[in-house]
Amino acid sequence: MSGKLLIKNGFVFDPVNGVDGEIMDVAVENGRIVEDVRGTDVRVIDATGMVVMPGGVDVHSHIAGSKVNSGRALRPEDHYRDYEIRRPGLRSGVGYTVPSTFVTGYRYARMGYTTVIEPATPMLKQRHTIEELNDIPIIDKASFPLMGDCWFVMEYLEKNMLKECAAYAAWLLKALKGYALKIVNPGGLESWGWGRNVRGLDDNIPGFNLTPREILRGLCKVNQMLNIPHPIHVHANRLGQPGNYQTLIETMDCVRDLYNGTKPVIYLTHCQFNSYLGESWIELSSGAPEVADYVNKHPHVVIDIGQVIFSSATTMTADGPFQFQLHLLTDYKWVNADVECETSAGVVPFKYKKRSYVHAIQWITGLELALLIKDPWRVFLTTDHPNAGPFTEYPRVVGWLISRKAREATMKKVNARALKRTMLDSIDREYNLYEIAIVTRAGTAGILGLKSKGHLGVGADADMAIYDFNPRNIDLSRDYKLVRRALRRAAYTIKTGDIVCVNGEIVKSTEGAILWVNPSVSQDLENAVVSDIRRRFRDNYTVEFENYLIDESLLINSRPLKIKGGV
Amino acid sequence: MVNLVKMILVSGRSLEQGLGKEASKFSKRYIDVTAVCQLDPEDMSRLSIGEGESLRISSQHGSIIVKAVKSKHAPHPGVIFMAYGPWVNNLTSPETHGTGMPSFKGLEVEVEPVKTAERS
Amino acid sequence: MEVFKNVLCPFCGCCCDDLEVEVDSNKIINVKNACALGRGKFLSIGEHRLLKPLVKVDGELVETDLEKAVEKTVEMIKNSSYPVFYGFGCASCEAIKLCLEMADLSGGLADNISVVCHGPTILGLQDMGIPSATLGQIRHRADLIVYWGCNPVEAHPRHTIRYGPLSSGRFVTGRKSRRMVVIDVRKTPTATMADVFMQVKPNSDFEILTALRALVNDLDLEVEEVDGVPVAKLEELADMMINAKFGALFFGLGLTMSYGKEHNIEAAIALVRDLNKKTKFVMIPMRGHFNVTGANEVFTWQTGYPFCVDFSMGYPRYNPGETSAVDVIARGECDLLFIIGADPCSHLPHYIVERLKNVKLVVLDPSITPTVKMADVAIPVAYVGIEASGTAYRMDGVPLQLRKVVDPPPGILSDVDVLNRIVRRLK
Repeated sequence: MSGKLLIKNGFVFDPVNGVDGEIMDVAVENGRIVEDVRGTDVRVIDATGMVVMPGGVDVHSHIAGSKVNSGRALRPEDHYRDYEIRRPGLRSGVGYTVPSTFVTGYRYARMGYTTVIEPATPMLKQRHTIEELNDIPIIDKASFPLMGDCWFVMEYLEKNMLKECAAYAAWLLKALKGYALKIVNPGGLESWGWGRNVRGLDDNIPGFNLTPREILRGLCKVNQMLNIPHPIHVHANRLGQPGNYQTLIETMDCVRDLYNGTKPVIYLTHCQFNSYLGESWIELSSGAPEVADYVNKHPHVVIDIGQVIFSSATTMTADGPFQFQLHLLTDYKWVNADVECETSAGVVPFKYKKRSYVHAIQWITGLELALLIKDPWRVFLTTDHPNAGPFTEYPRVVGWLISRKAREATMKKVNARALKRTMLDSIDREYNLYEIAIVTRAGTAGILGLKSKGHLGVGADADMAIYDFNPRNIDLSRDYKLVRRALRRAAYTIKTGDIVCVNGEIVKSTEGAILWVNPSVSQDLENAVVSDIRRRFRDNYTVEFENYLIDESLLINSRPLKIKGGV
Repeated sequence: MVNLVKMILVSGRSLEQGLGKEASKFSKRYIDVTAVCQLDPEDMSRLSIGEGESLRISSQHGSIIVKAVKSKHAPHPGVIFMAYGPWVNNLTSPETHGTGMPSFKGLEVEVEPVKTAERS
Repeated sequence: MEVFKNVLCPFCGCCCDDLEVEVDSNKIINVKNACALGRGKFLSIGEHRLLKPLVKVDGELVETDLEKAVEKTVEMIKNSSYPVFYGFGCASCEAIKLCLEMADLSGGLADNISVVCHGPTILGLQDMGIPSATLGQIRHRADLIVYWGCNPVEAHPRHTIRYGPLSSGRFVTGRKSRRMVVIDVRKTPTATMADVFMQVKPNSDFEILTALRALVNDLDLEVEEVDGVPVAKLEELADMMINAKFGALFFGLGLTMSYGKEHNIEAAIALVRDLNKKTKFVMIPMRGHFNVTGANEVFTWQTGYPFCVDFSMGYPRYNPGETSAVDVIARGECDLLFIIGADPCSHLPHYIVERLKNVKLVVLDPSITPTVKMADVAIPVAYVGIEASGTAYRMDGVPLQLRKVVDPPPGILSDVDVLNRIVRRLK
């Protein structure tokens, strides 16, 4: 990693620094981008005629932890036909929608991605998540603890003890090595403990004197008080139900007044699944225009799309009631995994079919969100891997974004009635590479608050992707297949200054870091809250307080982020 | 009359077996608990066998002689119980039926008392 | 004297983590909060200890040093055409990872002891999924707890107190507010605690489960009894299940090991799945050894499959019945068996143990077991969870830390340290 590198003559796309395809050199030393490198020991990569971007940053992808592993165990049929043979220095493994850990690292690196976030980890099983993250090579990673329906959080919010709630959240992130606050179907997961769900933001949560709205607002305030780099990361209520776009907009709107004009206060994830218009499955339509309109007018919101790929998928969320409904709807096999005092989880295999009316609407909705939201810094590319499709299919999504022709080719094959009832066909917008760099790395790194990632300025981590196509010689819209191919197999992937992938083959396996935040809390407040938690811990959990904590030594490559401000 | 009776053998854990296992698998405690067979009292009279007397159990895979004791968990006529251990392994079936799992429970066996002469 | 608190018990799948271990001059003198089994393990680690590495020379086991034993093991793995790595019920996740790496490197087979306990549960799960939860959900919410084909009083002694009918939770407190049902072939000590005991015939579980499922789905049974159980009794149980606010089914080897195997589990899953259309119901397998669940987890995240993983083609292949340790040994396909955290010579059918006479055996174990006596190489290791730290997974998938409370005997390393030495030389 101390090696010196010089990437010469590439077309550089670095939106953070306003670089839009200019031919430039990028210099690397000691794992960082530097002004220049000299000496006889500089390794030169000739990137002439190639695209150079910061390494991809995936803000939402289920790659590690107990529910991902349930998905793996549940689906031998997912792995049979997709495997990777052991090569010297590398381990064997399997895909497809739920790849084994080593393969997950290799496949991300192959596509030029260098940082990936596991967006939902039950705190009680965080040790499992960390163990898997340790076993995912090359990429940097982080995890979001599921705090929305956590009893301690709900009890503090019930009593309006915001400062204590903030101190608890801070302690939890530090003690469990988490990165941001995740909220899934607020109130719905606790209800699922009784086999029920909430219907909207103002339902009372059984057993608590609290509503989903109060959880969202409470944790949004907590997040601001602690100055956590990423906004609250929210999977809204009523996911996957017809007519849910209204709930999504209400969810966005419920924290509008907390925006102070600086950074967004709420991140809504995989919005495709929450942007449905219509009263029933038969009347289902895309609510993307309404959602996009709201996002366009309100700078406090950021979203990712959760684009459907027509392929096999494995749905897995902490949204237990949703997963059960999906099981009832499809009769596919179903794993449920409730976690005491915290959350639920479910896994159901799925297949998205072009001819299905509902699946076509889902595909359309995702693309409409991406194409109708004007500001690429506020809408990101995800497939909510592996819910709407595996991350390995991101290049297909890019193809649809950069090329109307690519969309038309797919539209020819999808359910015609779905097309007729939506406006996708009338949208001409095509992303350029600068915008693609935003929705896949610059913007995602920005919203995660990863200051050293997502760009190629001096001092940034030397995480880079070099793709073998010449943007000046081709027409992205016409030659989208060429672009797709190039994105599938990076010419080079560089991670912390190491060349890890050449022409789509992994040449070196390294240990990526686990990123986590360490917010600031006054010692008195922290002591008071920790002793309160410790005192009540046995009442809630079936494990001891001390055995709930994650010692930093468990992380093979730990990278804490100290946060200033706080309570 | 040959006193040969078909029974169903169930093997399993017991507290004593667990304790014996941790002491050592060569300990008297472990042997004492794994080399006995628990029977329903009615079955014992049917076989005319008394507490502590020897019993031959045979399956398709082998045959063992162990001590008969009255089950504390009766009634369970037709069902005999042995703790996991080296004796019962002689009877269990290596057949996994394509699952990887041999058959440890619910095994068809034949049970007969062992005459003193035969034993010595 | 030093007291270690919050110590995880390395005995059964309950993974009780509230033990207090009193140590004086590197000797465990007392264990608080543990059951008889856990206490017994902590207090008997000094007995029947394997203290020196052993190597078989001319049919006799002779003492050697660690270096030579490791050397010999590496040589045997390198010369093996199809090594099988087996065990892991009593090994830490860290050790399991290293064994999987060896299996991957050597193109062998890795299998864990779940193949002879809850393997059928995994097969059932792969066909149907499983509605489950962590144990605390049951403690806080369950007003009906069913134990089927398991006997926690003898095999998981603190289960009923910590997680089961005798536990006290937020919404449901204590034994009086819960109903307890036991279904078994004998009236076990657990059955004597129950409100309802339903005795069934061996090998009849599939029929009983299917009948119950029919009743839960409001179908009438046109018979008076099912395999000896009166339909009225089944109806009573079905009603109890439907009327529970939160029901939990704990099931054991009574289902997985008897006739039908994974089909019994599938019937149980189908029953619980259908119950979720009427109320809330979850099920949890009663896993035996303290880290057999962890073995499944590590296998799954590294290879995609929970057990029975063959690497002979250079990538993970999975086909229980073909790629399972017992079957591979029965067919005489393996020439080396590498065992850690298990004692197959005591636990596998005699027929299989006989087959092992033609197979080279390498064993890592803290104590002298029947398997050690048959070994070609036996290497002593520390007791993980007592003399070495690591990670283990409770029966419900909750990961926990194994703690070291005393040093192992002089010269004895942890299994992870021994395995690291072997793996380094294999690369």
